[in-house]
Amino acid sequence: MKDPFINRKYILVLMIMLASLMLLARLFYIQVIDDSYRASAESNVLRFVTHYPARGLIYDRNGRLLVSNKAAYDVMVIPGQTTVLDTVEFCELAGITVESFRDRIRVARRYSRMAPSVFLKQISAETFGVLQEKMYRFPGFYVQTRTLREYAKPVAAHILGYVGEVDDNIVHSNPYYKPGDYIGITGIEKSYEEQLRGRKGVNIYLVDVHGRIKGSFRDGENDTVAFAGSDIVSTIDIDLQEYGELLMKNKSGSIVAIEPSTGEVLALVSSPGYDPSLLVGRVRSDNFRQLEQDTLKPLFNRALMASYPPGSTFKPVVGLIALQEKVITAGTGFGCSPGYLFVGCHSHPSPLNLADAIMHSCNSYFCQAFRRTLENGVYSSVSEAYERWRKYLTDFGFGNRLNTDFTNELPGFIPQSTYYDRYYGAGRWRALTVISLGIGQGEIGTTPLQMASMTAAIANRGYFYTPHIVRSAGDTGETPTQFTGRHMTGIDSTNFIPVIEGMDLVVSGGPGATARHIGIPGVTICGKTGTAENPHGKDHSVFIAFAPKESPRIAIAVYVENAGFGSTMAAPIASLMMEKYLTGKIHNRWREENILGLNLIAVEEER
Amino acid sequence: MKRSVNILLSVDWLTIGVYLLLVFLGWLNIYAAVYDEQHPSVIDFSQRYGKQLVWVFAALVIALIVMLVDNRIYFFFSWFIYGGVVLLLVLVLIIGKEINGAKAWFEFGGVGLQPSEFAKFATALVVARYLHSPAINLTRPRDLMTAVALFMTPVMLIILQPDLGTAVVFISFFFVLFRAGMSPYILFSGLLMIILFLLTILFDDLFVAIGLVILAFIIVVLQSRKFLPPLTGLAVIAALVAGGWLTDRYLINIGGIEVAIIISLLIAGLGLSWFIFRYKLKWVMVIYLFLLGSIMYIYTVDYAFNNLLRPHQQTRINIILGIESDPLGKGYNLNQSLISIGSGGFSGKGYLQGTQTKFRFVPEQSTDFIFCTVGEEWGFIGSIAVIGIYLLLFFRLIVLAERQKSAFARIYGYSVFSILFFHFFINIGMTIGLVPVIGIPLPFLSYGGSSLWGFTILLFVFLRLDASRTEYLL
Repeated sequence: MKDPFINRKYILVLMIMLASLMLLARLFYIQVIDDSYRASAESNVLRFVTHYPARGLIYDRNGRLLVSNKAAYDVMVIPGQTTVLDTVEFCELAGITVESFRDRIRVARRYSRMAPSVFLKQISAETFGVLQEKMYRFPGFYVQTRTLREYAKPVAAHILGYVGEVDDNIVHSNPYYKPGDYIGITGIEKSYEEQLRGRKGVNIYLVDVHGRIKGSFRDGENDTVAFAGSDIVSTIDIDLQEYGELLMKNKSGSIVAIEPSTGEVLALVSSPGYDPSLLVGRVRSDNFRQLEQDTLKPLFNRALMASYPPGSTFKPVVGLIALQEKVITAGTGFGCSPGYLFVGCHSHPSPLNLADAIMHSCNSYFCQAFRRTLENGVYSSVSEAYERWRKYLTDFGFGNRLNTDFTNELPGFIPQSTYYDRYYGAGRWRALTVISLGIGQGEIGTTPLQMASMTAAIANRGYFYTPHIVRSAGDTGETPTQFTGRHMTGIDSTNFIPVIEGMDLVVSGGPGATARHIGIPGVTICGKTGTAENPHGKDHSVFIAFAPKESPRIAIAVYVENAGFGSTMAAPIASLMMEKYLTGKIHNRWREENILGLNLIAVEEER
Repeated sequence: MKRSVNILLSVDWLTIGVYLLLVFLGWLNIYAAVYDEQHPSVIDFSQRYGKQLVWVFAALVIALIVMLVDNRIYFFFSWFIYGGVVLLLVLVLIIGKEINGAKAWFEFGGVGLQPSEFAKFATALVVARYLHSPAINLTRPRDLMTAVALFMTPVMLIILQPDLGTAVVFISFFFVLFRAGMSPYILFSGLLMIILFLLTILFDDLFVAIGLVILAFIIVVLQSRKFLPPLTGLAVIAALVAGGWLTDRYLINIGGIEVAIIISLLIAGLGLSWFIFRYKLKWVMVIYLFLLGSIMYIYTVDYAFNNLLRPHQQTRINIILGIESDPLGKGYNLNQSLISIGSGGFSGKGYLQGTQTKFRFVPEQSTDFIFCTVGEEWGFIGSIAVIGIYLLLFFRLIVLAERQKSAFARIYGYSVFSILFFHFFINIGMTIGLVPVIGIPLPFLSYGGSSLWGFTILLFVFLRLDASRTEYLL
């Protein structure tokens, strides 16, 4: 049988020849002609030196520097390139023991013989100076420069957050990070990591067998430039923040102050706190362990994560909803005998209208207003009316995360009607079953941040902005758009008049007013005291307030744990904070000293 | 008409020698790639060179078994073997183990088996079995389609894993089809498609399309030696387009240029038809159809590249073509590979003296990028030697294939050659930046049990057929 295609084998042979020729030509080019590769033919190796860009700086709202960088030096080692060296001398220079030297080499060798690993982290500038001079005698070692965070003041640790080494999970999930890189772990450092970190650069050097740099690889063709991180302007007022932390010293609790017209967080204190510089550099892991084991939980950000029943500070909202639902008017009066059914009250004139009820914090009034809201004939059932009531609360920002730029905010808790259906059975619970909600007790939980935001909404007469901690990140200098939109509460601004009037009377109303001792000359404060019930010990003292009344510039929520009634501790602290912010000075020295002198933590520990 | 033959005498010892040499060189380089002064022991089964010894030993046993089996088995059971492998390829999609994002492995007590490595041999058998019949004529579309379907079936299943690299290897069957009588136009079209693909990715679609039109025009004019009609047509069209453009620009923008282009296309079509019929130039029609097909293809490629390929595949192609440079990112493998091969220089750094290869910067150093070690430690001289050994193997395979009396054995031999050659070119090409990074092993050199066993079976079945070439006429 004659194969008609037999000649085609020549075409295939030709194809083999051509293909091999291409391979050989290319190999000839890269191996023999191209100098850039041959330069490393004499047993030279490449060293990838990563340039860590300076992390972005963080400023406060008045342009004062909060966080900056300082240089740090890591000693790197490539175990495969080390030769016999004077270990003792090296250890003396580096300030480590010979045993620790051996251990470190072993660890590095286990990672890789030919790739660099960190031998000694963050040596001091002095050690660096000494070591760098003698470095040529220790082949395989070199120093890599990095930056560490430096804090202008030992405050605002919870807001700023801290930076730490990436863990394996991050390295695997995000190709940008390599082992040993730093990343923001909490606070602004975490939420704005991408803006702050900038972009790493890499220089590829040719290094001879003695570890000396011989020059750039391929004239730097493959190098990349590092870009510094962007600076961030925070919304906090560092003086106010510092003052807040001072006032909260020796007390546990939190302060959140917000500028109502923007939602910018002016101060956010969680006490006890810690000095942010504790979590920088070599000492970080030890200090972190200590802070973590501290029974007072300094790492826990109470302002965002502690959920308390709001207590009487909730009454303005209960009143507002009742007004909006038209089950009461500003003039509606409810009797108090004292108290309402099984809810007690203290003695005050009776009956009261809404503003006076807020001033006296009358439990009876708000229980009845709440009962009317739930038994409103407009709705077919208590449960439907309750869901309506709950809708107002979620519009105020309760029960969900506010979606701020904080990293670890908790949502709090506003039960749905189904919660009670499960508990009591559908249709088997009535207004009186859940009456304690009307005075801010019961199942609800709110965070200090949510309370401050609610206060801002009252100050604005009906709307609020998402609280945020960063005014501008990156080069644009603009506030991210998610923080510039108004959230409406669904309550008409006219309904705020009697409630704000009542909050004014809380401070200025004279005898019977719950916070009459905290006034500041020249500024009208509107506030509301509260007591968050604490099943574990003495109740928490709560105070919310905003000032000045007509054009509010600050809205604040203060929580002091285990301090009893709101008027005793939280109210004067709120007053001092507002005075400091609005006037820049404190007229009432003894009030300040009184607060500063109190040590509630010691008292609590004695008990 | 059985004529008993002593296999020991009739087997091609030259090929076996080359095979053993390549396997040995492979082991040496695997040893070098994972070499560590701390663990110099050759027989260390925790290291890859230790494991490879086991795989090599197993491969020799497999080779022996393949040689002992009656050669007719491969012919008569080709469909069963093929069916079995296809079944395995389906099965691996269901119960396979996912490694590096591809469900390509069966695992038996720590030993991974990759059915796609054996699909090459099974497909080669069945293609040879199908084409051996004198009744098959590859110029008939029906027969061609059947042959293509035979190797596209495993390809589809392998793409589902997804293991694009292994799937691409089956393109090599077109060489086999070409040798067995497929129209050369198909091979050339394929080549044209590859070139157009690269051009489309490198340049804007429109430029490539216009370039093709100009090229076709020049060919027609030069080849037909009719200058007047085409140039007149060109002048008319140029005038129209210029007129449309000027109208838009200086008088009134009514989309004159678009109208002009549409009219031009109509005139071009009519003119071309007239031209073809007037001078009875059928081949102009062929060129015209080719042109249309190519232009459609360009836009399809552009769409497919941007919408169907996964980002890492796009980047790999882009890096080869020099569009993207990202030495620490996606181009990292290639960059490191180039550095290590390039730094080998003319004579290399010496065995076990390579520095780049031990950086552990090139992943897959002992599998897909084994040639880096060759290039770095043995230099250009060593690279020539290794390529030379492969060339010896390829030429020998062609000689062996051509001396077969049965079409089955010859076509199978060409399949073996084509598959090995394709791996050889793509693998070495990718380590030196000549072709995109496609993760396929270098036959006999790369680390890995499945691939070594797959190639061994592929090769030794052919040697078995060759040893009995005088026995039967299958």
